[in-house]
Amino acid sequence: MKQLSTKVTSNGHGQDSSYFLGWEEYEKNPYDEIKNPNGMIQMGLAENQLCFDLIESWLAKNPDAASLKRNGQSIFRELALFQDYHGMPEFKKAMAEFMEEIRGNRVTFDPKKIVLAAGSTSANETLMFCLAEPGDAFLLPTPYYPGFDRDLKWRTGAEIVPIHCSSSNGFQITESALQQAYQQAQKLDLKVKGVLVTNPSNPLGTALTRRELNLLVDFISSKNIHLISDEIYSGTMFGFEQFISVMDVLKDKKLENTEVSKRVHVVYSLSKDLGLPGFRVGAIYSNDEMIVSAATKMSSFGLVSSQTQYLLSALLSDKKFTSTYLEENQKRLKSRQKRLVSGLESAGITSLRSNAGLFCWVDMRHLLDTNTFEAELDLWKKIVYNVKLNISPGSSCHCTEPGWFRVCFANMSEDTLDLALKRLKNFVESTDCGRMISRSSHERLKSLRKKTVSNWVFRVSWTDRVPDER
Amino acid sequence: MGLLSKKATCNSHGQDSSYFLGWEEYEKNPYDEIKNPDGIIQMGLAENQLSFDLIESWLAKNPDAANFQREGQSIFRELALFQDYHGLPSFKNAMADFMSENRGNRVSFDPNKLVLTAGATPANETLMFCLANPGDAFLLPTPYYPGFDRDLKWRTGVEIVPIQCTSANGFRITKSALEEAYEQAQKLNLKVKGVLITNPSNPLGTTMTRIELNHLLDFISRKNLHLISDEIYSGTVFNSPGFISVMEVLKEKKLENTDVFKRVHIVYSLSKDLGLPGFRVGVIYSNDDIVVAAATKMSSFGLISSQTQYLLSALLSDKNFTSNYLKENQIRLKNRHKKLVSGLETAGIECLKSNGGLFCWVDMRHLLTSNTFEAEIELWKKIVYEVKLNISPGSSCHCNEPGWFRVCFANMSEETLKVALNRLKMFVDGPSSTTRSQSEHQRLKSLRKMKISNWVFRLSFHDREPEER
Repeated sequence: MKQLSTKVTSNGHGQDSSYFLGWEEYEKNPYDEIKNPNGMIQMGLAENQLCFDLIESWLAKNPDAASLKRNGQSIFRELALFQDYHGMPEFKKAMAEFMEEIRGNRVTFDPKKIVLAAGSTSANETLMFCLAEPGDAFLLPTPYYPGFDRDLKWRTGAEIVPIHCSSSNGFQITESALQQAYQQAQKLDLKVKGVLVTNPSNPLGTALTRRELNLLVDFISSKNIHLISDEIYSGTMFGFEQFISVMDVLKDKKLENTEVSKRVHVVYSLSKDLGLPGFRVGAIYSNDEMIVSAATKMSSFGLVSSQTQYLLSALLSDKKFTSTYLEENQKRLKSRQKRLVSGLESAGITSLRSNAGLFCWVDMRHLLDTNTFEAELDLWKKIVYNVKLNISPGSSCHCTEPGWFRVCFANMSEDTLDLALKRLKNFVESTDCGRMISRSSHERLKSLRKKTVSNWVFRVSWTDRVPDER
Repeated sequence: MGLLSKKATCNSHGQDSSYFLGWEEYEKNPYDEIKNPDGIIQMGLAENQLSFDLIESWLAKNPDAANFQREGQSIFRELALFQDYHGLPSFKNAMADFMSENRGNRVSFDPNKLVLTAGATPANETLMFCLANPGDAFLLPTPYYPGFDRDLKWRTGVEIVPIQCTSANGFRITKSALEEAYEQAQKLNLKVKGVLITNPSNPLGTTMTRIELNHLLDFISRKNLHLISDEIYSGTVFNSPGFISVMEVLKEKKLENTDVFKRVHIVYSLSKDLGLPGFRVGVIYSNDDIVVAAATKMSSFGLISSQTQYLLSALLSDKNFTSNYLKENQIRLKNRHKKLVSGLETAGIECLKSNGGLFCWVDMRHLLTSNTFEAEIELWKKIVYEVKLNISPGSSCHCNEPGWFRVCFANMSEETLKVALNRLKMFVDGPSSTTRSQSEHQRLKSLRKMKISNWVFRLSFHDREPEER
């Protein structure tokens, strides 16, 4: 197939066929409270559906913003023609202020250092193009968002080397893990250009501690490399602790305006905090002018629609809205997470103590037949096909320990969540009964096992639906 | 500077500093009929501002589309969550129909073969990622849109080898030019993966003839290459001979369901026909399932806002609107084009006979002091600084003959166009080009010093680029 590029004919787009199976099953048989109460409940989608009413009510009170008007006058022409890759100034200003508000106004963001992109997917890829050559590597703590394999590596040629984190310390990043990852990269003859963290973490649902952030800043300082902090979930922090951004740490360590601060870049998006993944709004924030300049030009390949920039600049400029929203959003997320956690507990399932995100990192190691990834996949299939819940297996997030699953809680109604928890409880209790599996179940599992292909397989021509969301 | 990638530190984003100067001057001193009547008139922007009223009146009559409503019900949540890279089905259907309508319904487009992208810019880059490996080459007829140097090459590592076209035959693509370009690529040790054409052409404003399209199809067939036809200006054809898409020729030659068919890809966008560059709407159309599948996944890096997909699916699904728009748009473009052409004629300036696009390819060779690109740049600077018109020099479009300029006509009011033409006439009629005052000489000398005609790395402050085609 020399006609097409190797990017197309290889499988670097990263679509894992076993992960895809769960999605496919859901699409074939989606749960509906009325029309399909026995269908599959989607718990693999990290969407925030809890606060749309707040935005809808704002839209109803502020009709100009969506109708392409300003003070009652049509600005359609102005918006139709606006394609400046520097972005709409009012929008960048509103974004900068929103990012500040999320961080308790402890740090400031300069709108001139913001580069808009069509989603954080585009933002992350662009940063790779700016910071790494093909063959260079970035270190990422595991477990991490499966989409990174495509976003960071596919078209850029960059490599990912994992920083192994384990349950022994709540999956926190340690100095030795960082050093080991760095050495591993050297062994593989890869030049390390930086570290990329998601803070708060996907799939863990935990915010990085100050200690971890300090470690990271020290590490990149000593190795003279970059740090990308993807803070896409920064507005979903609902725990007692405040969200600490890497920007906070730079300020506290008095490292602003130093060489190190030029190597720290933040990625943000409105897809999770505001629940607007369809609008494609992402941003890169960098203290390095050259990066801002290059990334700005690269944003030509994925600009935010001016129609959308205008709507959201109006929304986010309304400080009454933003403060109410952030507060209410956190309240609802907290209460929803609590519901999931206690529901899991009553099924004898614990999860990593989390304080952010739209999901829990659930410990189902005790439900595995063996402490292996094959057993994890078996369990996952049971949960997909028998319990009819689509959840994400830890192996798809490159977790080094089998038995962990990411379970989302903010993309469904409370009733649906309750139902999902009931099903799970029934499943656990039935399995617990002697853990005896009937013959027919055995046969079923065997044939299921044959269906899976746990390696990366090139099936581009029909494996064409990927859970795009994080 | 080992800390940043070569892509970030090199200058293959293609910002030519001399081209940039015109833009910078315009920004410093933009024409305004009332506030700044002596300012620089922007004629380097290929925007279509002639038919906004038609869209505005549709919006006024159909408020649901912009307000996240469908039949009076709010669909805000649905749109807020819709990020499927397969795109909004109603939008793809509407786009496919609109593309057919633009081609007189002589060919039909299958929405399943459409990939949506945030503008034609990512559409073209994505096709490069799909069809070529770093170091491979695509052949492009000159003159071509300057943005291609960035869009096709920068992050993909693909090379462009020009297919030289000349005024001798109206810049038409010839068989020998194709062969020469191919051989040139071989000499440079570059593997040619395909040909990319813009039809109608930017900057020429001409539609490709059936002969040229046939040559191209034969060529790619023999050499086993791809053909990308960027048809972004397809709805701007206002005169005969009319627009012939490569899709039509494939149909006429009964090549559907052959291998060649799978190697022909179309790029489209709503930035020119509908004048909506800010909304970021582009498409790739391919008959190759694998390309469609891969490009669909790659579109994750530049999806169209669902808010925009919804608005435009409503607009384009209204066939009353689309047929009226296409007709009226063409009438207005035709009139405006006529005004520019006759205005230029009274200044003794000719242009390439064109039937489409938002610009004319203007022949100012007779105004050059010498038949060189230095002379072209000098003339250009005079036009920018003295005549106060920002137009695009042919050299920025890789034209191999000095003296040609692209002049846009659809991005300003009729009055402004008149002012511009007046100024040009006065410049041409003015003091003879062979006798210069001392002060003018000095002025030109200092202008010459300012310019750097090579690609220069000035990223840190050269951050405004004429984005539009």
